[in-house]
Amino acid sequence: MQSRPDYYIPSGSYWPILGSVGLFAMLGGFAGSLHGSIVGTIGLVLGLGMIIFMVFGWIGQVVHESENGYYNKEVDMSFRMGMGWFIFSEVMFFAAFFGALFYARQLSVPWLAGEGNNFWTGELLWPEFKSIWPLVAMPDPTNFSIPKGIIGAWELPAINTLLLLTSGATLTWAHWALMNKNRNQLIAGLMITIVLGITFLGLQIEEYYLAYTTLDLKLSSGIYGSTFFMLTGFHGFHVTLGVIMLIVILMRCIRGHFNMDRHFGFEAVAWYWHFVDVVWLGLFVVVYWL
Amino acid sequence: MSTTTTDLQDEIEKIDGHDSHDDHHHGPEPGLLRWVKTTNHKDIGTLYIWFAFSMLLIGGAFAMVIRAELFQPGLQLVEPQFFNQMTTLHGLIMVFGAIMPAFVGLANWQIPLMIGAKDMALPRMNNWSFWILPFAGTMLLSTLFMQGGGPAFGWTFYAPLSTTFAPESTDFFIFAVHMLGFSSIMGAINVIATILNMRAPDMKLMDMPLFVWTWLITAFLLIAAMPVLAGAVTMMLTDRNFGTSFFDASGGGDPVMFQHIFWFFGHPEVYIMILPAFGIVSQIIPTFARKPLFGYSSMVYATAAIALLSFVVWGHHMFLVGMPIAGQLYFMYATILISVPTGVKVFNWVTTMWRGSLSFETPMLWAVAFVILFTIGGLSGLMLGIAPADIQYHDTYFVVAHFHYVLVTGALFSIIAAVFYWLPMWCGRMYNEKLAVIHFWWAIISVNVLFFPQHFLGLAGMPRRIPDYSLQFADFNMISSIGGFAFGLSFIMLTYIIVDCIRNGKPVEGGRAWESARGLEWTQGEKAQYHSFDTPPSRATILAESSHISHEGQH
Repeated sequence: MQSRPDYYIPSGSYWPILGSVGLFAMLGGFAGSLHGSIVGTIGLVLGLGMIIFMVFGWIGQVVHESENGYYNKEVDMSFRMGMGWFIFSEVMFFAAFFGALFYARQLSVPWLAGEGNNFWTGELLWPEFKSIWPLVAMPDPTNFSIPKGIIGAWELPAINTLLLLTSGATLTWAHWALMNKNRNQLIAGLMITIVLGITFLGLQIEEYYLAYTTLDLKLSSGIYGSTFFMLTGFHGFHVTLGVIMLIVILMRCIRGHFNMDRHFGFEAVAWYWHFVDVVWLGLFVVVYWL
Repeated sequence: MSTTTTDLQDEIEKIDGHDSHDDHHHGPEPGLLRWVKTTNHKDIGTLYIWFAFSMLLIGGAFAMVIRAELFQPGLQLVEPQFFNQMTTLHGLIMVFGAIMPAFVGLANWQIPLMIGAKDMALPRMNNWSFWILPFAGTMLLSTLFMQGGGPAFGWTFYAPLSTTFAPESTDFFIFAVHMLGFSSIMGAINVIATILNMRAPDMKLMDMPLFVWTWLITAFLLIAAMPVLAGAVTMMLTDRNFGTSFFDASGGGDPVMFQHIFWFFGHPEVYIMILPAFGIVSQIIPTFARKPLFGYSSMVYATAAIALLSFVVWGHHMFLVGMPIAGQLYFMYATILISVPTGVKVFNWVTTMWRGSLSFETPMLWAVAFVILFTIGGLSGLMLGIAPADIQYHDTYFVVAHFHYVLVTGALFSIIAAVFYWLPMWCGRMYNEKLAVIHFWWAIISVNVLFFPQHFLGLAGMPRRIPDYSLQFADFNMISSIGGFAFGLSFIMLTYIIVDCIRNGKPVEGGRAWESARGLEWTQGEKAQYHSFDTPPSRATILAESSHISHEGQH
């Protein structure tokens, strides 16, 4: 009970304001650049730079405070709750896109083709349109890229599933090593995880390349292309972040930062990595397989 | 990279140089930069509340433009396109700029004080949650000055109005929403971690004041709902710029899907804006009824029930999009079910007042007004929830009247009540009670003149979001506009009362502004100290300060 007074309240910090200016410049710049503004593009680049600098600076300061013993068990618990609820918010973000896929596939595409009491919808709008998933023939194909085929589940995606599942296991293996004070196994486990993650990303790039060049499956390939690329794209972006976080954790392990009792940085990244893993399983089943 | 390392070095030296324990007994840093760097929950709460207040004045100015145009039939003052920009930005600014930040500000000030915590759990992130807001607000307001004008598609930004047919500035609007969402999610995470992790060790969950409970549940709603909104605006962004067809039927998407995703966020959002209000009123009424809150645990369970139901009723905003009849029936029954836990709350407030030793200082006046007027808004909500009746009411001024009763006389009134209730504790000074009571009656009469006739307009068929109307609606619109201008003016008086209190108010003696106010926030002495609760309060203090258990026989 008397540990509360030790709760570390940091003194004032410039990192948040830098992050706010960075977000403003990056997003405002991006919006401007979408409409051909050079100033916008400059803002985008500068803002992104500020954000990257802020993230590394801020987390660097947290690491420094942690290594110097400012944090007690309660601070650790606040970080755990913060990370857990942040991951929950990410789950809800993906849920919006999974929901869009479900809605299009199960409801709106059949309705467009006249299912149920929507006979006249199909008849009056696009009488030729048939509801076949994967949807390669859009109701009105004029403005869209017509795919010649789609990415099958049991090709690259199956290998990717194997890679990510293995990486989850190797990360847990590294965690065991941390708990058992086996430094070499810890570093080896993390390195294997990172290599698996990077290989996954490489194959994902290969898959996108195939889709764009030989299959004509693009972001603009109707609702199938939209949901396919937005879901796998956001997932790939999260894997990229996860790999960067794992690399940071690897460097901290090499510097000897963690011990059995105090390694929440490691665990937070592990949670994130498993979350990315679970999202992939969902993607594999509903985007590629079914 | 050399600047990088030196800056980082500076930061690190700063931490090394300052032991956290030394900081404690300091007051605030001198100078304006204090407000930029601050990690203090009271500073950040103050920033939130002043930001919300300035947004309220801007959003209110937009409302004045709307009411001025509607004063008489015909196009008088503004172009229809500009009128639509005003309705859109009025809604967005009031929801995301005024009401939500005001509640987060109150949470920042009050939650640590009410649970006996030193500060918020993640103080630096707390600063970031706030400082994103002015930038997001600037981005949102800047759209008004862009080529093609600002967003003009209503605060619900339905596709394809917001995709195919929207001005260029919509992309700035999209990113402003992303930033606002980012801020809300971080704020909510902080609230949850603070309540669950920073409570005085001897405070159990069911000891917590109701304001803390309602915010805990609100924070959960925020974390679940805001990312879905981020998903919706991201789909808008890619539909507009990168060739996707989420909301375009010719590519196999569906504009109605936008409405489903939006309202999956949007319905929990309306509870995000009312649950903390329930908490505030549940703090104020026991104080001025001089009785413990009636039915505390039922209040907690009712709040949780409302929150869970809020995720499964979104379709009642969409009865007219052509959803299957089974969907309409389901959404109708689920919606009407919400009136049960809400009714529990209203009855509990009334029962708290029953046979109490009531006195009507300003916070109590606002709280009682809340109970009555929010109930009117709730009842018109029931009418709207009935699917066959909604065919008549949908998109009329009846809807406008309904949600202004719940958001203005509901959410906003509770915020004003909270400010009058806690301001004497925040700054250690008392406001001018006589002026505040005059202001209350001015506001309460004008707000009803403003919104009550809108029920009649809606029932008679006047559509919302229209700058011109047929002649039969003229009288009620003029009455409504007169009420609107009077209500708008009342905020000038409110500003004066608050500034006057902060500058010249009489010091509060003994630290407890209200004789029977209970709660850990009142144990601070003359006024709230810059740092509170270095030592957590004891079990005895927590129980003695509970506003929901009976203290008869004590003292």
